[in-house]
Amino acid sequence: MEPLERYRPIVDDFEAFRGACGRPLGTVVRVNTIKASVERAVATLEAEGVGYERVGWNPRVLRLETESPGATWASFHGFTHGQEEVSSAPAVVLDPEPGERVWDACGAPGGKTTQLAALMDDRGTVVANDNDLGRLSALRFNAERLGASSVAVTNADARNFSMAPFGFERFDRTLVDAPCSCEGTIRKNPDALEGWSLAAVESLAGVQKGILRRAVQATREGGTVVYSTCTFAPEENEAVVDHVLDRESCRVRPFELGLEGDPGLTGWKGEEYDPGLAAARRIYPHQNDTGGFFIAALEVTAG
Amino acid sequence: MSEGNVGSRFDRLPATDADRRVEGRASREAVVDYFEERFGIEPAVFEGHTFWEKGAGKIWAYAGESPTPATLEALGMTCLRTRQEHWKPTTDAVQRFGRHASENVIELPGPAAVRFAAGEDQELAWNGDWGYLIAAHELAGGLEPLGVGLYLHGELRSTVPKGRRRELSSLDDAGGSRRPLE
Repeated sequence: MEPLERYRPIVDDFEAFRGACGRPLGTVVRVNTIKASVERAVATLEAEGVGYERVGWNPRVLRLETESPGATWASFHGFTHGQEEVSSAPAVVLDPEPGERVWDACGAPGGKTTQLAALMDDRGTVVANDNDLGRLSALRFNAERLGASSVAVTNADARNFSMAPFGFERFDRTLVDAPCSCEGTIRKNPDALEGWSLAAVESLAGVQKGILRRAVQATREGGTVVYSTCTFAPEENEAVVDHVLDRESCRVRPFELGLEGDPGLTGWKGEEYDPGLAAARRIYPHQNDTGGFFIAALEVTAG
Repeated sequence: MSEGNVGSRFDRLPATDADRRVEGRASREAVVDYFEERFGIEPAVFEGHTFWEKGAGKIWAYAGESPTPATLEALGMTCLRTRQEHWKPTTDAVQRFGRHASENVIELPGPAAVRFAAGEDQELAWNGDWGYLIAAHELAGGLEPLGVGLYLHGELRSTVPKGRRRELSSLDDAGGSRRPLE
Protein backbone atom coordinates (compact mmCIF):
# COMPACT_ATOMS: atom_id res chain seq x y z
CA MET A 1 0.00 0.00 0.00
CA GLU A 2 3.05 2.25 0.42
CA PRO A 3 3.11 3.47 -3.18
CA LEU A 4 -0.38 4.91 -2.64
CA GLU A 5 1.03 7.50 -0.20
CA ARG A 6 2.05 9.63 -3.15
CA TYR A 7 -1.64 10.27 -3.87
CA ARG A 8 -2.36 11.80 -0.43
CA PRO A 9 -2.22 15.36 -1.88
CA ILE A 10 -4.75 14.62 -4.65
CA VAL A 11 -7.32 12.37 -2.94
CA ASP A 12 -9.89 14.25 -0.87
CA ASP A 13 -10.62 11.71 1.85
CA PHE A 14 -7.33 9.84 1.84
CA GLU A 15 -8.14 7.63 4.84
CA ALA A 16 -11.40 6.46 3.22
CA PHE A 17 -9.41 5.81 0.03
CA ARG A 18 -6.80 3.76 1.93
CA GLY A 19 -9.52 1.88 3.76
CA ALA A 20 -11.41 0.98 0.58
CA CYS A 21 -8.18 -0.19 -1.11
CA GLY A 22 -7.77 -2.71 1.71
CA ARG A 23 -11.23 -4.26 1.33
CA PRO A 24 -11.89 -7.06 -1.17
CA LEU A 25 -14.41 -6.47 -3.94
CA GLY A 26 -17.69 -8.33 -4.30
CA THR A 27 -18.70 -10.39 -7.30
CA VAL A 28 -20.00 -8.40 -10.23
CA VAL A 29 -21.22 -9.52 -13.65
CA ARG A 30 -22.28 -7.70 -16.77
CA VAL A 31 -25.37 -8.90 -18.59
CA ASN A 32 -24.46 -9.90 -22.14
CA THR A 33 -27.38 -8.50 -24.10
CA ILE A 34 -26.25 -10.31 -27.26
CA LYS A 35 -27.68 -13.47 -25.71
CA ALA A 36 -30.25 -12.31 -23.18
CA SER A 37 -32.14 -9.23 -22.08
CA VAL A 38 -31.46 -7.97 -18.58
CA GLU A 39 -34.93 -9.28 -17.61
CA ARG A 40 -34.14 -12.78 -18.88
CA ALA A 41 -30.71 -12.85 -17.25
CA VAL A 42 -32.22 -11.76 -13.95
CA ALA A 43 -35.03 -14.32 -14.25
CA THR A 44 -32.40 -17.02 -14.82
CA LEU A 45 -30.49 -16.02 -11.70
CA GLU A 46 -33.74 -16.05 -9.75
CA ALA A 47 -34.65 -19.49 -11.10
CA GLU A 48 -31.33 -20.89 -9.90
CA GLY A 49 -31.52 -19.10 -6.57
CA VAL A 50 -28.56 -16.75 -7.00
CA GLY A 51 -29.09 -13.48 -5.18
CA TYR A 52 -28.32 -10.28 -7.07
CA GLU A 53 -28.48 -6.53 -6.73
CA ARG A 54 -28.66 -4.01 -9.56
CA VAL A 55 -26.29 -1.05 -9.67
CA GLY A 56 -27.83 2.37 -10.19
CA TRP A 57 -25.62 3.76 -12.94
CA ASN A 58 -25.68 0.83 -15.37
CA PRO A 59 -28.76 -1.39 -15.88
CA ARG A 60 -26.55 -4.13 -17.36
CA VAL A 61 -24.37 -4.55 -14.29
CA LEU A 62 -25.36 -6.85 -11.39
CA ARG A 63 -23.72 -7.53 -8.04
CA LEU A 64 -24.08 -11.24 -7.28
CA GLU A 65 -24.40 -13.02 -3.98
CA THR A 66 -22.01 -15.82 -4.94
CA GLU A 67 -18.27 -16.40 -4.87
CA SER A 68 -18.28 -18.26 -8.19
CA PRO A 69 -20.16 -16.31 -10.87
CA GLY A 70 -18.91 -18.75 -13.51
CA ALA A 71 -20.77 -21.66 -11.91
CA THR A 72 -24.27 -20.49 -12.80
CA TRP A 73 -26.67 -21.33 -15.60
CA ALA A 74 -26.67 -17.63 -16.48
CA SER A 75 -22.93 -17.87 -17.13
CA PHE A 76 -23.12 -21.24 -18.90
CA HIS A 77 -25.54 -19.72 -21.40
CA GLY A 78 -23.39 -16.62 -21.80
CA PHE A 79 -26.11 -14.38 -20.34
CA THR A 80 -23.59 -12.99 -17.85
CA HIS A 81 -19.87 -12.31 -17.86
CA GLY A 82 -17.70 -11.63 -14.83
CA GLN A 83 -16.49 -8.05 -15.17
CA GLU A 84 -15.62 -5.64 -12.40
CA GLU A 85 -18.19 -2.88 -12.05
CA VAL A 86 -15.93 0.08 -12.84
CA SER A 87 -14.30 -1.69 -15.77
CA SER A 88 -17.59 -1.54 -17.65
CA ALA A 89 -17.42 2.28 -17.59
CA PRO A 90 -15.00 2.96 -20.51
CA ALA A 91 -17.17 1.20 -23.11
CA VAL A 92 -20.22 3.11 -21.85
CA VAL A 93 -18.29 6.37 -22.31
CA LEU A 94 -17.18 5.33 -25.81
CA ASP A 95 -20.89 4.75 -26.57
CA PRO A 96 -20.59 2.89 -29.91
CA GLU A 97 -23.62 2.54 -32.17
CA PRO A 98 -24.80 -0.44 -34.23
CA GLY A 99 -23.08 -0.63 -37.62
CA GLU A 100 -20.01 1.39 -36.65
CA ARG A 101 -16.32 0.48 -36.99
CA VAL A 102 -14.75 0.27 -33.59
CA TRP A 103 -11.22 -0.55 -32.50
CA ASP A 104 -10.40 -2.03 -29.14
CA ALA A 105 -6.65 -1.48 -29.24
CA CYS A 106 -5.75 -3.52 -26.14
CA GLY A 107 -8.66 -5.93 -26.16
CA ALA A 108 -7.65 -9.02 -24.18
CA PRO A 109 -9.14 -10.73 -22.26
CA GLY A 110 -12.26 -9.43 -23.96
CA GLY A 111 -14.65 -8.13 -21.28
CA LYS A 112 -14.71 -4.66 -22.82
CA THR A 113 -14.55 -5.98 -26.40
CA THR A 114 -17.68 -8.05 -25.92
CA GLN A 115 -19.33 -5.17 -24.10
CA LEU A 116 -18.69 -2.95 -27.15
CA ALA A 117 -20.20 -5.63 -29.42
CA ALA A 118 -23.25 -5.85 -27.14
CA LEU A 119 -23.70 -2.05 -27.10
CA MET A 120 -23.73 -2.28 -30.92
CA ASP A 121 -26.33 -5.09 -30.86
CA ASP A 122 -23.59 -7.26 -32.40
CA ARG A 123 -23.92 -5.31 -35.69
CA GLY A 124 -20.93 -3.53 -37.16
CA THR A 125 -17.21 -4.22 -36.84
CA VAL A 126 -15.31 -4.49 -33.57
CA VAL A 127 -11.61 -5.02 -34.20
CA ALA A 128 -10.13 -6.45 -31.02
CA ASN A 129 -6.37 -6.31 -30.92
CA ASP A 130 -3.78 -7.42 -28.42
CA ASN A 131 -0.06 -7.95 -28.65
CA ASP A 132 -0.13 -10.93 -26.27
CA LEU A 133 -1.09 -14.13 -28.06
CA GLY A 134 -1.81 -16.00 -24.83
CA ARG A 135 -4.25 -13.35 -23.66
CA LEU A 136 -5.80 -13.29 -27.13
CA SER A 137 -6.89 -16.89 -26.75
CA ALA A 138 -8.85 -15.83 -23.64
CA LEU A 139 -10.39 -13.03 -25.69
CA ARG A 140 -11.40 -15.44 -28.45
CA PHE A 141 -12.88 -17.87 -25.95
CA ASN A 142 -14.91 -15.10 -24.29
CA ALA A 143 -16.10 -13.62 -27.58
CA GLU A 144 -17.39 -16.98 -28.78
CA ARG A 145 -18.93 -17.92 -25.45
CA LEU A 146 -20.79 -14.61 -25.45
CA GLY A 147 -21.80 -14.94 -29.11
CA ALA A 148 -20.04 -11.75 -30.20
CA SER A 149 -20.03 -12.38 -33.94
CA SER A 150 -19.07 -8.81 -34.90
CA VAL A 151 -15.59 -9.19 -33.42
CA ALA A 152 -12.48 -9.54 -35.62
CA VAL A 153 -9.32 -10.40 -33.69
CA THR A 154 -5.81 -9.19 -34.54
CA ASN A 155 -2.44 -9.83 -32.91
CA ALA A 156 -0.27 -6.73 -33.32
CA ASP A 157 1.58 -4.05 -31.42
CA ALA A 158 -1.06 -1.31 -31.25
CA ARG A 159 1.63 1.39 -31.54
CA ASN A 160 2.15 0.60 -35.20
CA PHE A 161 -1.20 -0.98 -35.96
CA SER A 162 -1.80 -1.41 -39.67
CA MET A 163 -5.17 -0.73 -41.32
CA ALA A 164 -4.11 -2.82 -44.31
CA PRO A 165 -6.13 -5.95 -43.37
CA PHE A 166 -9.42 -4.01 -43.39
CA GLY A 167 -11.50 -2.61 -46.18
CA PHE A 168 -11.59 0.87 -44.63
CA GLU A 169 -9.21 3.67 -43.63
CA ARG A 170 -10.38 4.83 -40.19
CA PHE A 171 -12.44 3.71 -37.24
CA ASP A 172 -15.46 5.62 -35.95
CA ARG A 173 -14.45 5.03 -32.34
CA THR A 174 -11.48 3.59 -30.53
CA LEU A 175 -11.00 2.33 -27.01
CA VAL A 176 -7.52 2.35 -25.54
CA ASP A 177 -7.79 0.49 -22.25
CA ALA A 178 -4.06 0.58 -21.84
CA PRO A 179 -1.71 -1.86 -20.16
CA CYS A 180 -0.84 -0.10 -16.89
CA SER A 181 0.57 -0.47 -13.39
CA CYS A 182 -2.88 -1.65 -12.19
CA GLU A 183 -2.81 0.19 -8.85
CA GLY A 184 -6.60 0.42 -8.97
CA THR A 185 -7.00 -3.37 -9.00
CA ILE A 186 -5.55 -3.74 -5.50
CA ARG A 187 -8.93 -4.80 -4.08
CA LYS A 188 -9.06 -7.71 -6.52
CA ASN A 189 -5.36 -8.48 -6.49
CA PRO A 190 -3.67 -7.63 -3.16
CA ASP A 191 -0.24 -8.12 -4.80
CA ALA A 192 -0.92 -5.39 -7.36
CA LEU A 193 1.54 -2.97 -5.75
CA GLU A 194 4.35 -5.47 -5.19
CA GLY A 195 7.36 -4.46 -7.19
CA TRP A 196 5.90 -1.00 -7.85
CA SER A 197 8.49 1.47 -9.11
CA LEU A 198 8.43 4.86 -10.70
CA ALA A 199 10.68 3.49 -13.42
CA ALA A 200 8.05 0.88 -14.30
CA VAL A 201 5.34 3.55 -14.32
CA GLU A 202 7.40 5.71 -16.66
CA SER A 203 8.18 2.79 -18.93
CA LEU A 204 4.47 1.95 -19.20
CA ALA A 205 3.72 5.62 -19.90
CA GLY A 206 5.99 5.45 -22.93
CA VAL A 207 4.03 2.52 -24.35
CA GLN A 208 0.70 4.17 -23.50
CA LYS A 209 1.66 7.36 -25.37
CA GLY A 210 2.53 5.33 -28.45
CA ILE A 211 -0.74 3.43 -28.38
CA LEU A 212 -2.91 6.50 -27.79
CA ARG A 213 -1.18 8.41 -30.62
CA ARG A 214 -1.85 5.56 -33.02
CA ALA A 215 -5.46 5.35 -31.81
CA VAL A 216 -6.07 9.03 -32.63
CA GLN A 217 -4.45 8.60 -36.06
CA ALA A 218 -6.61 5.55 -36.82
CA THR A 219 -9.88 7.28 -35.89
CA ARG A 220 -11.86 9.48 -38.28
CA GLU A 221 -12.31 13.21 -37.79
CA GLY A 222 -15.22 13.78 -35.43
CA GLY A 223 -14.79 10.29 -34.00
CA THR A 224 -14.15 9.47 -30.37
CA VAL A 225 -11.18 7.90 -28.63
CA VAL A 226 -11.56 6.81 -25.02
CA TYR A 227 -8.39 6.34 -23.01
CA SER A 228 -8.63 4.40 -19.77
CA THR A 229 -6.40 2.69 -17.23
CA CYS A 230 -6.99 0.92 -13.94
CA THR A 231 -4.29 2.95 -12.22
CA PHE A 232 -4.01 6.20 -10.27
CA ALA A 233 -0.55 7.32 -11.44
CA PRO A 234 -0.89 10.69 -13.25
CA GLU A 235 2.20 9.76 -15.28
CA GLU A 236 0.09 7.00 -16.92
CA ASN A 237 -3.10 9.04 -17.15
CA GLU A 238 -3.23 12.82 -17.57
CA ALA A 239 0.43 13.00 -18.66
CA VAL A 240 -0.23 10.49 -21.45
CA VAL A 241 -3.29 12.35 -22.72
CA ASP A 242 -1.47 15.69 -22.43
CA HIS A 243 1.41 14.31 -24.51
CA VAL A 244 -0.98 13.19 -27.25
CA LEU A 245 -3.00 16.44 -27.22
CA ASP A 246 0.27 18.23 -28.09
CA ARG A 247 1.10 15.92 -30.99
CA GLU A 248 -2.13 14.72 -32.60
CA SER A 249 -5.31 16.44 -33.82
CA CYS A 250 -7.70 15.97 -30.93
CA ARG A 251 -9.23 17.62 -27.90
CA VAL A 252 -10.66 16.42 -24.59
CA ARG A 253 -14.40 15.89 -24.73
CA PRO A 254 -16.56 16.03 -21.56
CA PHE A 255 -18.81 13.04 -20.90
CA GLU A 256 -21.66 11.99 -18.63
CA LEU A 257 -21.25 8.96 -16.38
CA GLY A 258 -23.42 8.03 -13.43
CA LEU A 259 -20.45 7.12 -11.24
CA GLU A 260 -18.95 9.40 -8.66
CA GLY A 261 -15.45 10.58 -9.53
CA ASP A 262 -12.97 13.44 -9.37
CA PRO A 263 -11.97 15.67 -12.30
CA GLY A 264 -8.74 14.83 -14.08
CA LEU A 265 -5.62 16.64 -12.84
CA THR A 266 -4.27 19.69 -14.63
CA GLY A 267 -0.89 19.40 -12.94
CA TRP A 268 1.29 16.97 -10.99
CA LYS A 269 4.78 17.19 -9.47
CA GLY A 270 5.56 20.50 -11.12
CA GLU A 271 4.24 19.48 -14.56
CA GLU A 272 1.28 21.35 -16.02
CA TYR A 273 -1.27 19.63 -18.22
CA ASP A 274 -3.84 20.88 -20.73
CA PRO A 275 -6.69 22.52 -18.76
CA GLY A 276 -9.14 20.39 -20.78
CA LEU A 277 -8.01 17.41 -18.73
CA ALA A 278 -10.35 18.55 -15.96
CA ALA A 279 -13.07 16.89 -18.09
CA ALA A 280 -11.43 13.48 -17.60
CA ARG A 281 -12.51 11.36 -14.64
CA ARG A 282 -10.57 9.78 -11.77
CA ILE A 283 -12.65 7.12 -10.09
CA TYR A 284 -11.37 6.14 -6.64
CA PRO A 285 -12.33 2.90 -4.85
CA HIS A 286 -14.05 4.62 -1.91
CA GLN A 287 -16.32 6.71 -4.10
CA ASN A 288 -18.49 3.93 -5.55
CA ASP A 289 -17.15 0.86 -3.70
CA THR A 290 -15.41 -0.36 -6.88
CA GLY A 291 -11.88 -0.68 -8.19
CA GLY A 292 -10.03 2.45 -9.31
CA PHE A 293 -10.07 3.81 -12.86
CA PHE A 294 -9.09 6.75 -15.03
CA ILE A 295 -11.14 7.67 -18.09
CA ALA A 296 -10.62 10.42 -20.67
CA ALA A 297 -12.64 10.94 -23.86
CA LEU A 298 -11.00 12.60 -26.88
CA GLU A 299 -12.62 13.99 -29.98
CA VAL A 300 -10.55 13.66 -33.14
CA THR A 301 -10.33 17.01 -34.92
CA ALA A 302 -9.25 18.09 -38.42
CA GLY A 303 -5.55 17.37 -38.89
CA MET B 1 -10.27 -23.35 -62.21
CA SER B 2 -9.76 -24.90 -58.81
CA GLU B 3 -7.60 -23.43 -56.03
CA GLY B 4 -6.49 -25.05 -52.80
CA ASN B 5 -7.75 -24.23 -49.33
CA VAL B 6 -5.18 -22.17 -47.41
CA GLY B 7 -5.40 -23.15 -43.75
CA SER B 8 -3.95 -20.02 -42.16
CA ARG B 9 -6.29 -17.43 -43.60
CA PHE B 10 -9.99 -16.66 -43.79
CA ASP B 11 -11.70 -17.05 -47.14
CA ARG B 12 -15.26 -15.92 -47.62
CA LEU B 13 -17.57 -18.71 -48.72
CA PRO B 14 -18.89 -18.51 -52.29
CA ALA B 15 -22.58 -17.62 -52.56
CA THR B 16 -23.55 -20.93 -54.13
CA ASP B 17 -21.91 -24.24 -55.04
CA ALA B 18 -21.82 -23.04 -58.67
CA ASP B 19 -19.52 -20.14 -57.63
CA ARG B 20 -17.10 -22.45 -55.88
CA ARG B 21 -13.41 -22.13 -56.81
CA VAL B 22 -11.88 -24.12 -53.96
CA GLU B 23 -12.32 -27.88 -53.92
CA GLY B 24 -14.58 -29.12 -51.14
CA ARG B 25 -15.46 -25.66 -49.81
CA ALA B 26 -19.03 -25.24 -48.58
CA SER B 27 -21.07 -22.36 -50.01
CA ARG B 28 -23.10 -19.82 -48.08
CA GLU B 29 -26.23 -21.31 -49.57
CA ALA B 30 -25.27 -24.79 -48.36
CA VAL B 31 -24.55 -23.52 -44.85
CA VAL B 32 -27.83 -21.63 -44.58
CA ASP B 33 -29.70 -24.60 -46.09
CA TYR B 34 -28.09 -26.91 -43.56
CA PHE B 35 -29.31 -24.86 -40.59
CA GLU B 36 -32.78 -24.62 -42.14
CA GLU B 37 -33.13 -28.27 -43.16
CA ARG B 38 -31.60 -29.80 -40.05
CA PHE B 39 -32.89 -27.41 -37.39
CA GLY B 40 -35.61 -25.30 -39.00
CA ILE B 41 -33.63 -22.09 -38.49
CA GLU B 42 -34.92 -19.52 -41.00
CA PRO B 43 -32.31 -18.16 -43.44
CA ALA B 44 -33.27 -14.64 -42.33
CA VAL B 45 -31.52 -15.33 -39.00
CA PHE B 46 -28.19 -15.21 -40.88
CA GLU B 47 -28.99 -12.20 -43.07
CA GLY B 48 -26.48 -9.99 -41.23
CA HIS B 49 -23.69 -12.56 -41.31
CA THR B 50 -21.08 -13.63 -43.82
CA PHE B 51 -19.47 -17.08 -43.65
CA TRP B 52 -15.76 -17.84 -43.86
CA GLU B 53 -13.55 -20.90 -43.94
CA LYS B 54 -10.25 -21.11 -42.08
CA GLY B 55 -8.55 -24.41 -41.62
CA ALA B 56 -9.97 -27.50 -43.23
CA GLY B 57 -13.72 -27.26 -42.99
CA LYS B 58 -14.05 -24.89 -40.04
CA ILE B 59 -16.72 -22.30 -40.86
CA TRP B 60 -16.96 -18.93 -39.10
CA ALA B 61 -19.97 -16.58 -38.93
CA TYR B 62 -19.06 -12.89 -38.95
CA ALA B 63 -21.25 -9.80 -38.68
CA GLY B 64 -18.58 -7.21 -39.55
CA GLU B 65 -16.70 -5.95 -42.60
CA SER B 66 -13.64 -7.59 -44.09
CA PRO B 67 -12.07 -8.08 -47.48
CA THR B 68 -11.39 -11.66 -48.56
CA PRO B 69 -9.00 -13.33 -48.04
CA ALA B 70 -8.24 -12.06 -44.53
CA THR B 71 -5.23 -12.90 -42.43
CA LEU B 72 -6.05 -12.36 -38.79
CA GLU B 73 -6.64 -14.37 -35.62
CA ALA B 74 -10.41 -14.64 -35.68
CA LEU B 75 -13.36 -13.40 -37.69
CA GLY B 76 -16.58 -13.66 -35.69
CA MET B 77 -17.25 -17.10 -34.26
CA THR B 78 -16.79 -20.69 -35.36
CA CYS B 79 -20.21 -22.05 -36.22
CA LEU B 80 -19.90 -25.26 -38.20
CA ARG B 81 -17.51 -28.07 -39.04
CA THR B 82 -17.77 -29.11 -42.72
CA ARG B 83 -15.65 -31.31 -45.02
CA GLN B 84 -16.95 -34.39 -43.18
CA GLU B 85 -19.93 -36.63 -43.85
CA HIS B 86 -22.10 -35.19 -41.08
CA TRP B 87 -21.66 -31.47 -40.55
CA LYS B 88 -21.46 -30.46 -36.91
CA PRO B 89 -22.51 -27.09 -35.49
CA THR B 90 -20.52 -25.65 -32.57
CA THR B 91 -21.79 -25.24 -29.01
CA ASP B 92 -21.28 -21.49 -29.24
CA ALA B 93 -23.22 -21.16 -32.51
CA VAL B 94 -26.09 -23.26 -31.17
CA GLN B 95 -26.24 -21.11 -28.05
CA ARG B 96 -26.14 -17.96 -30.19
CA PHE B 97 -28.58 -18.92 -32.99
CA GLY B 98 -30.30 -22.08 -31.72
CA ARG B 99 -33.20 -20.29 -30.08
CA HIS B 100 -34.60 -19.97 -33.62
CA ALA B 101 -34.56 -23.75 -34.12
CA SER B 102 -37.78 -25.74 -34.47
CA GLU B 103 -36.54 -29.20 -35.51
CA ASN B 104 -34.18 -31.76 -34.04
CA VAL B 105 -34.30 -29.99 -30.70
CA ILE B 106 -34.25 -32.39 -27.78
CA GLU B 107 -35.66 -30.92 -24.58
CA LEU B 108 -33.89 -32.16 -21.48
CA PRO B 109 -35.51 -32.23 -18.03
CA GLY B 110 -33.57 -30.63 -15.14
CA PRO B 111 -31.24 -33.47 -14.11
CA ALA B 112 -30.49 -34.42 -17.73
CA ALA B 113 -29.63 -30.79 -18.53
CA VAL B 114 -27.20 -30.79 -15.60
CA ARG B 115 -25.47 -33.92 -16.95
CA PHE B 116 -25.36 -32.45 -20.43
CA ALA B 117 -23.74 -29.20 -19.23
CA ALA B 118 -21.16 -31.28 -17.35
CA GLY B 119 -20.23 -33.01 -20.61
CA GLU B 120 -21.69 -36.41 -19.67
CA ASP B 121 -23.21 -38.93 -22.06
CA GLN B 122 -26.58 -40.37 -21.05
CA GLU B 123 -29.18 -42.92 -22.11
CA LEU B 124 -32.31 -41.16 -23.30
CA ALA B 125 -35.41 -42.03 -25.31
CA TRP B 126 -35.79 -39.97 -28.50
CA ASN B 127 -38.14 -40.71 -31.38
CA GLY B 128 -36.61 -38.31 -33.87
CA ASP B 129 -33.58 -38.39 -36.19
CA TRP B 130 -30.22 -39.65 -35.05
CA GLY B 131 -27.14 -37.53 -35.40
CA TYR B 132 -26.44 -34.01 -34.21
CA LEU B 133 -29.27 -32.46 -32.20
CA ILE B 134 -29.72 -29.20 -30.37
CA ALA B 135 -30.07 -30.00 -26.68
CA ALA B 136 -32.21 -27.47 -24.83
CA HIS B 137 -33.88 -26.99 -21.48
CA GLU B 138 -36.68 -24.93 -20.02
CA LEU B 139 -35.17 -21.85 -18.44
CA ALA B 140 -36.98 -18.91 -16.89
CA GLY B 141 -40.06 -19.23 -19.06
CA GLY B 142 -38.43 -20.20 -22.36
CA LEU B 143 -36.61 -23.05 -24.07
CA GLU B 144 -32.88 -22.29 -24.10
CA PRO B 145 -30.29 -24.18 -26.18
CA LEU B 146 -27.52 -25.81 -24.14
CA GLY B 147 -25.33 -27.08 -26.94
CA VAL B 148 -24.94 -29.87 -29.45
CA GLY B 149 -25.71 -33.48 -28.64
CA LEU B 150 -24.89 -36.51 -30.77
CA TYR B 151 -27.75 -39.02 -30.57
CA LEU B 152 -26.91 -42.64 -31.43
CA HIS B 153 -28.29 -46.01 -30.25
CA GLY B 154 -30.39 -44.63 -27.40
CA GLU B 155 -27.61 -42.44 -26.06
CA LEU B 156 -27.18 -38.67 -26.11
CA ARG B 157 -23.53 -37.66 -26.12
CA SER B 158 -22.75 -34.17 -24.94
CA THR B 159 -20.26 -32.36 -27.20
CA VAL B 160 -19.86 -29.38 -24.85
CA PRO B 161 -16.10 -28.63 -25.04
CA LYS B 162 -14.05 -29.10 -21.87
CA GLY B 163 -13.61 -25.39 -21.23
CA ARG B 164 -17.36 -24.78 -21.43
CA ARG B 165 -18.47 -27.61 -19.12
CA ARG B 166 -19.90 -26.66 -15.74
CA GLU B 167 -21.08 -28.49 -12.64
CA LEU B 168 -24.49 -26.90 -12.08
CA SER B 169 -27.55 -27.72 -10.04
CA SER B 170 -30.89 -28.83 -11.39
CA LEU B 171 -33.36 -26.02 -11.95
CA ASP B 172 -36.12 -28.42 -10.89
CA ASP B 173 -35.07 -28.07 -7.27
CA ALA B 174 -33.48 -24.62 -7.11
CA GLY B 175 -34.98 -21.65 -5.34
CA GLY B 176 -36.35 -23.15 -2.12
CA SER B 177 -33.76 -22.19 0.44
CA ARG B 178 -31.91 -19.56 -1.59
CA ARG B 179 -33.73 -16.39 -2.49
CA PRO B 180 -32.77 -13.32 -4.50
CA LEU B 181 -31.76 -10.22 -2.59
CA GLU B 182 -34.40 -7.55 -2.20
